[in-house]
Amino acid sequence: MADYRMNEAELEKVFQDRIDDEQKIEPKDWMPDTYRKNLIRQMSQHAHSEVIGMQPEGNWITRAPSLRRKMILLAKVQDEAGHGLYIYSAAETLGISREEMVQALHDGKAKYASIFNYPSLTWADVGAIGWLVDGAAIVNQITLQRTSYGPYARAMVRVCKEESFHQRQGYESLLVLASGSKEQQQMAQDALNRWWWPSLMMFGPHDAESAHSAQSMKWKIKRKSNDELRQAFVDQTVPQAQYLGLTIPDPKLKWNEERGHYDFGEIDWDEFYRVINGNGLCNRQRIVHHRRAHDNGAWVREAVEAYDEKQKARKQQAA
Amino acid sequence: MTTTSDFPLFEIFIRSNRGLDHKHVGSLHAKDYEQALEYARDCYTRRSEGVSIWVVKSSDIVASQEEDAVSFYDPMDDKPYRHASYYKLPEAVNNM
Amino acid sequence: MNGARQKLLDFVIAQADDAMVLGQRLSEWCSNAPYLEEDLALTNVALDYVGRAKMFYEYASKLEAGKRSADDIAFLRDGRDFRNLLIMELPIGDFAFSMARQFLVDVFNLEYMALLQQSSDAEVAAIAGKAVKESRYHLRRSHEWVLRLGDGTEESHARMQKGLDELWGYIDELFVNTDAEVALIKEGVAIDRALLRDSWSNQVEAVLQEATLSKPGVEWTVTGGRQGIHTEHFGHMLAEMQFLQRAYPGLEW
Repeated sequence: MADYRMNEAELEKVFQDRIDDEQKIEPKDWMPDTYRKNLIRQMSQHAHSEVIGMQPEGNWITRAPSLRRKMILLAKVQDEAGHGLYIYSAAETLGISREEMVQALHDGKAKYASIFNYPSLTWADVGAIGWLVDGAAIVNQITLQRTSYGPYARAMVRVCKEESFHQRQGYESLLVLASGSKEQQQMAQDALNRWWWPSLMMFGPHDAESAHSAQSMKWKIKRKSNDELRQAFVDQTVPQAQYLGLTIPDPKLKWNEERGHYDFGEIDWDEFYRVINGNGLCNRQRIVHHRRAHDNGAWVREAVEAYDEKQKARKQQAA
Repeated sequence: MTTTSDFPLFEIFIRSNRGLDHKHVGSLHAKDYEQALEYARDCYTRRSEGVSIWVVKSSDIVASQEEDAVSFYDPMDDKPYRHASYYKLPEAVNNM
Repeated sequence: MNGARQKLLDFVIAQADDAMVLGQRLSEWCSNAPYLEEDLALTNVALDYVGRAKMFYEYASKLEAGKRSADDIAFLRDGRDFRNLLIMELPIGDFAFSMARQFLVDVFNLEYMALLQQSSDAEVAAIAGKAVKESRYHLRRSHEWVLRLGDGTEESHARMQKGLDELWGYIDELFVNTDAEVALIKEGVAIDRALLRDSWSNQVEAVLQEATLSKPGVEWTVTGGRQGIHTEHFGHMLAEMQFLQRAYPGLEW
C-alpha cells in the first residue's frame, strides 16, 4: 500500500470527492493544475483589487472634511492594504510569489476589479464606494468564506469580519450628506448615479457569458453565480437607497412580487468591456501609480537586503 | 531588482487572549524576526486582536506530507476509546 | 479668557498642530510605500498622530467653552494661526527623508511625552500618557530604518544623509520654549524643552554613528512655526486639507 501511487484520474477523483464532501483543499494536497491556475488567477485578481482599490479612496485622505472622517478613511484604506496582504499570502501557498503576481499586474496580464478604473471625484464618492463597492464585495466575499481552498476561505473569514465596518462607514457618511444641505444631497445623488452601474458590473458577465464560472462552481472556488450574487446585492441595496432618500438611476427597477426580487435594467455591457479592456478613465493612472510606488521602493528594499547581509556577516565574524 | 520576494515569508500566530492557544492567522514578508514581529503587529492586530505574537519562518516549518497521511492519521482512527463520546454512561451522570 | 487659560490654550493648540500636521504629511504615504507591509505600518503611525491631534483639539475646544469645535480649530484657521514646528510641515520627500524626520521627532517625543505625563494638568497628562506608548513603537521603527538605510547600500546611505542634512536646520526649534510654555513650566503644566537637548543629541548621535552616518555639519537654522511663520509649502498643504470645509462652509460631514 505504501508504494502504491494513484494515477491522475484517481487523484482527481479523490480531489473532487473531497470538494463534493465540503472538505477544504489545503496547500499540500494534490490538486489539478487547472484548479491551481484558476485559483491563482482569481486570488491574485482579488488581492490586486484590494490594493488598487486603495487609490480612489486614498485620493481623499488628505482632503477628508473632519478629524473623525480622516481617521476612519485612513483606517479603511489601511484595511484594504491588509486584505491585499492576507490574500497575497494565501495565494503564495499555491507556489506563486507576490512579486510574480505584482509583475503580472504591471504587465497587464493580471486584472483587478474594473470599478477602480472610475475616478473618485467628490467626497460623496468615498461614501458611495464604501456603501456600494464594498457592499457588492461583501456579498461576494461572504460566499467565498466557504470556498474550497482552505487558505483562501480563512483569509475571507478575516476579511469579512473587518469589511462590515467599511460598508457601514460609507453608508453613515452618505446618510449625513443625504440629510445635509442641498449641495450635499446633490453630491450624494451624483455619486450614486455614477457608482450604481459599475457596482452591478462588479459581479461580472451574465452566467451564460462567464468564461470561468462553470468550472469554478464545480470546484467550489465560486459558490454562487454572478447573476445570483448581483440579484442579492440589488435586493439588499434598494431599500437602503430609499432610506437615504436617493434615487437609483434605473427606470426599470421595480419590485417583482412573483419572483420575490427586484427586476432591474440591463447593464451597458459595451461600457463594461470597454473599461475592462483598458479604456476607463483611470486604467493607466492606477497602474502608473502602483508601479511608481513599487519602483520608488526598489532602493529601500535593496537597502534592507544589504543591511541584513552585513548584519549576518558581523554575527558570523563575532561567532 | 530586490523585491519583497527576497524577504522571507513568515507565518504569524496570534494569542488573542491570555489562556488561549496561539492561532495561525496568515503570513507576511519581512527581512528578519524583529521586522516580522513589527509588521505582524501592524498587519494582523489592527483591532487589538492579540496579546502575544509568534513569528516563524515559513521555510522552518516541517509539514507532514499528503502521502504520509495514511500512516500518520489512519492508525489514530481506530482508537475511539480516546474520545469521551465512546463511553456510554447512564443519563444521571452523563454530563461528565 | 484670562491670561493663564489663554496660555494653556496656546500650548494645547501648538501640541495639536504638531500632531495634526505630521499626521497629515504621513497620511500622504498611504498607497505610496515601498511595499505593502510598510503601507500598513506607516498608516498606523499616521493614525496615531491624527488621533493625538484630535484629542488635543478637543481639549482646546473645551478650554474655549466650545466656542469652536475641534474640527473648526483644525480646518478653519489659516496658516498664520497654526503653531506647529516647521519640521512637521516639510513635504514628505523620499522614504529616507520621511524616516529621518520620524526618527529625529520620535527621539524627542518619547522623552518629551514621558515627562509631560507628569503634567499638573490632568488632561494634558492623559494625552501624553497615550502618546508615550505610541512614541515607543514609532521610535523602534524609525530607529531601525535609520540603521537599515544608513548602513544599507551606497544609495540608501546617501539618501539618508541628505535627508538628515536637509532636516538638521529645523532641529533647534524643537528645544525652544514659547512664552506660554515658559509660564506653564513654572506651574508644572509644560516641560522645559531646552532641558531635553543633551539627551536628544546623545541618543541621535549614537544611532547615526551606528548607522555609519555623519552628524550634519550644517550651519543654518530656522525657526518660526510657533509664531505662525511657516514654509511656503504649508499653505498648499492647508489648501488641500481644508478644501471641503472651505468650499462648503458651515456643514456637517
